Amino acid sequence: MNRPFLLSLEDVNKTFDGFKAISNLNLYLEEGELRVIIGPNGAGKSTMLDIITGRTRPDKGKVEYGPDTDLTRLNEYEINRLGIGRKFQTPSVYVNHTVEENVWLSLEGKRGVFASLFARKTPAQRTRIEEVLSIVGLLPHAKRVAGTMAHGQKQWLEIGMLLAQNPRLLLVDEPAAGMTDEETAKTGELLMSLEGKHTIVVIEHDMAFVRQIARKVTVLHQGTVLCEGSVDQVQSDERVVEVYLGRKKKGDH
Amino acid sequence: MAACRVVRLTRTKLGRLIMGLSLSKRELLLVCLVSFVGLVLLPCLNAFVPPDSFFHVSNFSITLCGKYLCYAVLALGVNILWGYTGLLSLGQCLFFSLGGYALGMYLMLKIGNLGQYKADIPDFMVFLEFPKRFPETGGLPPHWIPFKNFWFATIAVLVVPALSALVFGFLAFRSRIKGVYFSILSQALTYAAMLLFFRNDFTFGGNNGLTDFKFILGYDVNSNTTKRTLYIASGVLLLGVYLLCRWLTQTKFGLIQRAIRDSENRVLFSGYATVHFKLFVFVLSSMICALGGALFVPQVGIINPSEMAPDKSLEAVVWCAVGGRASLVGPIIGAISVNALKSYATRAFAEQWLYILGGMFVFVVLFMPKGIVGLPAQFAEWRGKQQRHKASVSAPTPPADEKVNDTAIISSK
Repeated sequence: MNRPFLLSLEDVNKTFDGFKAISNLNLYLEEGELRVIIGPNGAGKSTMLDIITGRTRPDKGKVEYGPDTDLTRLNEYEINRLGIGRKFQTPSVYVNHTVEENVWLSLEGKRGVFASLFARKTPAQRTRIEEVLSIVGLLPHAKRVAGTMAHGQKQWLEIGMLLAQNPRLLLVDEPAAGMTDEETAKTGELLMSLEGKHTIVVIEHDMAFVRQIARKVTVLHQGTVLCEGSVDQVQSDERVVEVYLGRKKKGDH
Repeated sequence: MAACRVVRLTRTKLGRLIMGLSLSKRELLLVCLVSFVGLVLLPCLNAFVPPDSFFHVSNFSITLCGKYLCYAVLALGVNILWGYTGLLSLGQCLFFSLGGYALGMYLMLKIGNLGQYKADIPDFMVFLEFPKRFPETGGLPPHWIPFKNFWFATIAVLVVPALSALVFGFLAFRSRIKGVYFSILSQALTYAAMLLFFRNDFTFGGNNGLTDFKFILGYDVNSNTTKRTLYIASGVLLLGVYLLCRWLTQTKFGLIQRAIRDSENRVLFSGYATVHFKLFVFVLSSMICALGGALFVPQVGIINPSEMAPDKSLEAVVWCAVGGRASLVGPIIGAISVNALKSYATRAFAEQWLYILGGMFVFVVLFMPKGIVGLPAQFAEWRGKQQRHKASVSAPTPPADEKVNDTAIISSK
């Protein structure tokens, strides 16, 4: 079977000071898929994103994007320019810029120093900024300084900044963290509306949220894939129950 | 007709330039007013008003002001790094000094044979027996020879610091040295350079540095006219650097620069090579600092390695903090006011000056985070709080009939 995957991680290993953060990890993503990744703390979820986005280099293993791009040889901004956008766990927006400027800086286009010295906002870019802001529901706040917005709005803005880059692959780390139930539901709808247009990987803890958006779930445990399947399949898997319940027991003490 | 067209053309060009800078009318007016006072009025009061008049500006004051203006240029250089990119460099005086040395070398060679030893080479070279070391050039180290040309020296003022900044910046930023580590490293760099320049065999005059200048472009460097011209040149430089920085802040580059300060990871993961941007700012800053240093040296008449001492660079950081580092005007105000205070304090109570400087820095950091230029906003905020507090105190005072209710409730309890 030789299906074209958008992203494939094969036999990836990463050790930090003797701690195996990722061990023999295999993960395959198809184009247009919305994949949710869950797992207890320290399962290696964020490390995996670090490896995909070039922040950390794996000790061993292959990370391939598209048919023949080896991501382990590239750095953060080169990987981003290939169309891989990443949202951080804590909202990272430019707090002293307006919402509009935040999106403008993220729009796809030239990224060089000298190009930026003489760049002007074109009418096409203005339209695109409005489009992106209306997708994430922040159009009325376009002129506001990003730092003055609520936590949830900052999260949406960051998702908007990713969309502005028009990425093929979106990596979203805990988008619902710190959100109210209503905001969480809205975030879920937003992500689901993007399904098909982009390939999306969501890392999440909140099971209600996972239930809302997930088609296919991958469970990570101790740096490796424990199981994969639909939400129901995963939740009834004995090993998953053990991992999560085991953790719960510890928490009770 | 033609004149009319020229006027209209320059007007539109000027208009476009101002639009490009997106200066508000008030700002433009202020810049023009300050430039007029600094560049026209003060020199005129020095040149044309008799010395016994109340309005006369002394030669001493002109040179002192020229020195402050060069410091203000240095402060702007520090601030585009610190205030706008979040890179706190504690070694920008290195570039200030390198610029100073480059022009100082030209000035040294223009002394000719008027030095103490009446030799064709600068005094320190005679004293250090350079003719034995470099016999084929009559004692002049080969790398000094092109500095006989003013334009070569001027280009060196820009290129030498820029190259040093490029190499240091490339190594530091590529290795992802950030925050205090960058600050410490920059301080170590200027310290190392100072030790190097202290060495006599480094051919830059050792701890005496370069001094006893006589001529610049054929004019007597100590004449009042030359000093006034140098003062005006410093003012023009400051204005130019200010406008350059002003333009830079409102370009997309400026936005990215501040985005790096606020969230470097977001910029990096948005496809920008942050290293290149930081390097660009660092090199630009080094060139700005160097220009300040180049005009500083003929006015004070000396450059020596103590200008590279880490405390000099720290002082420049204090100017920015005192003036307000979130703005472009702040560092200028800071540099001029702190140095004016220093000139006064080192005469009135020399021993305590460092305590005053340190105390001022601590005070500003704790109580005036936005510096002098941030004071109006800070005051307005404080007033707003006071009024809201007053409102909240006076509002709950219930009307008379409700008071009756209150007592009723209390009594019913």
